[in-house]
Amino acid sequence: MEYTLYILLLPFLSFLVLGLAGMKFSHKTAGIVGTLSLAAVTVLSYVTAFEYFTADRVNGVFATVVPYNITWLPLGSLHFDMGIMLDPISVMMLIVISTVSLMVHIYSFGYMHGERGFQRYYAYLSLFTMSMLGLVVATNIFQMYLFWELVGVSSYLLIGFYYTTAPAIAASKKAFIVTRFADMFFLVGILIYGYYCKSFGFDFNAEGFAQGAFMLPTALVLMFIGGAGKSAMFPLHIWLPDAMEGPTPVSALIHAATMVVAGVYQIARLFPLWIQYAPEAMSIVVWVGVFTAFYAAAVACAQSDIKRVLAFSTISQIAFMMVALGVCLPGHHGEVIDNHASLGYMASMFHLFTHAMFKACLFLGAGCIIHAVHSNEMSAMGGLRKYMPVTHITFLCSCLAISGIPPFSGFFSKDEIITACFAYSPVVGWIMTGIAAMTAFYMFRLYYGIFWGTENKELHAHHTPHEAPLTMTLPLIFLTLVTLTCGWAVNFGSFVSASGEDYPIHLDTQIAVTSTVIAICSIALATYIFKGERQPVAEKMKAAAPSLHRWAYKRFYMDEVYQFVTHRIIFKRISTPIAWFDRHIIDGFFDFLAWGTHRLSLAVRGLQNGSVQTYAYIFLLGVLALLLILTF
Amino acid sequence: MIHLEYILVISAVMMFAGVFGFLTRRSTLGVLLSIELMLNSTDINFAVFNKMLYPAGHEGYFFALFSIAISAAESAIAIAIMINIYRHLKNISVRDIEKMKW
Repeated sequence: MEYTLYILLLPFLSFLVLGLAGMKFSHKTAGIVGTLSLAAVTVLSYVTAFEYFTADRVNGVFATVVPYNITWLPLGSLHFDMGIMLDPISVMMLIVISTVSLMVHIYSFGYMHGERGFQRYYAYLSLFTMSMLGLVVATNIFQMYLFWELVGVSSYLLIGFYYTTAPAIAASKKAFIVTRFADMFFLVGILIYGYYCKSFGFDFNAEGFAQGAFMLPTALVLMFIGGAGKSAMFPLHIWLPDAMEGPTPVSALIHAATMVVAGVYQIARLFPLWIQYAPEAMSIVVWVGVFTAFYAAAVACAQSDIKRVLAFSTISQIAFMMVALGVCLPGHHGEVIDNHASLGYMASMFHLFTHAMFKACLFLGAGCIIHAVHSNEMSAMGGLRKYMPVTHITFLCSCLAISGIPPFSGFFSKDEIITACFAYSPVVGWIMTGIAAMTAFYMFRLYYGIFWGTENKELHAHHTPHEAPLTMTLPLIFLTLVTLTCGWAVNFGSFVSASGEDYPIHLDTQIAVTSTVIAICSIALATYIFKGERQPVAEKMKAAAPSLHRWAYKRFYMDEVYQFVTHRIIFKRISTPIAWFDRHIIDGFFDFLAWGTHRLSLAVRGLQNGSVQTYAYIFLLGVLALLLILTF
Repeated sequence: MIHLEYILVISAVMMFAGVFGFLTRRSTLGVLLSIELMLNSTDINFAVFNKMLYPAGHEGYFFALFSIAISAAESAIAIAIMINIYRHLKNISVRDIEKMKW
C-alpha cells in the first residue's frame, strides 16, 4: 500500500504551492487546486480503506500494515521514527478526515466567495488536513506529537484568519496558549513513557512495557491531560467556544469533526496500555468526561449565539466519547481485551465517526444561515424555514441524529455508549441518559430558534434571506445522506472493535427504547417551549431562576475564573516579581558589565591614537624599562 | 690609532639624535631623516666592531653595506608614500597622518 504516502504528500504540496505562490493565482484557481488535491486524497483514502478492510483477517483481526517507517532520529537505544501505520482506527480516521475536509473545501467555495486571503485560506486548510492525516497514521507517539502540534498551529492560523478583527486574534492566541499548556503535560508523559518503557512505538507486546509498568499510569494520565486540552475537556475547554471566531467551515472541519477528537483518538490509540496497566486511572477519564458532558450541555441550553451552542454541544459530545473509552473494563476470561467488556471502545469510535458527519453538517448549515442573515445571534433569525428549505431539512436531520432518534446514525452510536455506561455503573448510565436528554432539548431549542418562532421582520425588510448556492448545499446533502444511512447500513463493529475481532452490533432493546422515549420527550418539551411565535414558558422559566440562567449564559463564569487566576494570581504575584528581578538584577548585572567595559575602553583608548611618534615614545620607554630590568 | 670608545660615542650621539628627531619632528620628512641617522649609527657600529674584534673577517662590512642598500630602498618607498599623502592632504605633517588609523 505504498500509495498511502501520497495521502500525506498531496495536501502538503498543495499547501506549499498555495502558500508560496497563492497570490499569483486567482481565487478560483487556488480553490480548485486545493479541492482537487483533497479530492485525490479522498479517493486514495477510500481505496486504502477498501483494500485494508477487504483483506483477509489474521487470527480474526485485521493485520496492522506499516507501508513506511524510517528512523528519523536515532538516540542510542531509543529512536524517533516517521512512517505510516494502517490499522482499523487509523483507516477509519482517514475516511472521516478526508470526507469532511473535502466537503469543507467544496463548501468554502461558496462561503468564502470574494473574501480577502482566499488563497491563504485554502493553503491553511491543506496544511491542516496534512497534519491531521499525519497524526492519525503515526507509527509512534512521538510522530503523533509532532503532527499534534502542527494541527495546533494550523488551528491557530485558521481561527485568526480574520486577523484584522480583535476578537479573532484574541481567540487564536487563547486557543494556542491553552492547548500548548496542555501539550506540555503530553510531552512530559511521552518522555516518561519513552524513558521507562524504552520505546515510543505502538507495539505494546514489546518486553519493555512490563518493566515500565509502574510508571505507565502516570505517563498515561499526563498524556490524557494533553488530550483533554485538545479535546476541550473541562477545565481546559475554554478555548473552543472562542475558536468560533474563525470562518464557519473551519469550525466544522477543525473544531467539530477532526482536530478536537484528537484527544479521543490518542486514548483509543493507547487503549491496550490503559486497559492493561492503568485500569484504575480510567475512572479519571470517566468522571472528567461525565462532568464535561453535563457542564457543556447545561451551558448550551442558555447560549444565544448559534455557533456557541454548537461549540458547547461539540464539547458535550466529545465528552461522551471520552466517557465511552473510560468505561471499558478488562476482560473476565483471561484475555485482557474483551470485545464485550470493552464495548465502549467500539462505541466511542462509532460515535466519533457519526458525530463528525452530523456535527460537520450542523456547522455547515449554521454557516449557510449566518451567510443568509449576516449574524450569529438567534435574535436575528426565526422563521427561516420558508427561505432556506435545503438547509432546514438537513439541519433537522442532523438535530434528530444528535438527539438519538432512529434511524439516524447518532441513535446507534449513542445507544452503544449508553449501554457501555450501564455495564460500567448504573449511576454513570443514568447520568449519561440525562445528558442525552439535555442534548435533544438544547438542539431543538436551537432548531426552533432558527427556523420557527418569530421572524425578525425589521432585519429581513431590506435583505430577504435566501438559500445558499449549490456549492454550499451539496455538502450538506451529502453529509445528511451519510448521517441517514451509516447507522443501520453498515455494521461498524465489523471494522473497528476493541480486540479487532468482528463484533456484531446488537441493540439493547430496553436501553434503546428508554433513551429514544426520553429523547422524544425532551424534543416535545422543546417544541412546547420554543416553537411558538412568542415563548411565554421560556420567559417564565428565565424569570423563575434568573441567576441560574445568567450563570449558564455566562458559562458559569469559567472565563472569569481563568482571568482571575492568570491575571490576579499568576501575573501579579509571580510574573511581576520575576519580571522585576529580570529587569533589575539580571539586566542590571549585564548593564554593569557593559558600563565597566565602556569606562575601561575610554581610559585606555588614548594609547591607540594613530600618532606614530607616540607609539615610538612608548616603545622607547618599554625598551629602557627592559634594559633597566635586565641590567639590575 | 683612534680608540674604539671615541667612535662608539659618535655613533651613540648619532643614534640618540635620531631618536630625538624621530620623537619630536613635525614633518614626516624629518622623521625619515632621523630614521636614516639611526640606521647609519648602527652601520658605523657594525664596521667598527668588525675592525676591532675580528680584524681577519669581513662580515661586519658586508652587513653594513647590506643595511645601506635596504635603507636606500626603504627611503624610496617612504618618499613615494609621502608624495601620495601630500596629494591627498596637501600636507605631510605627522599629526595629519593620524587620520590613517580610521
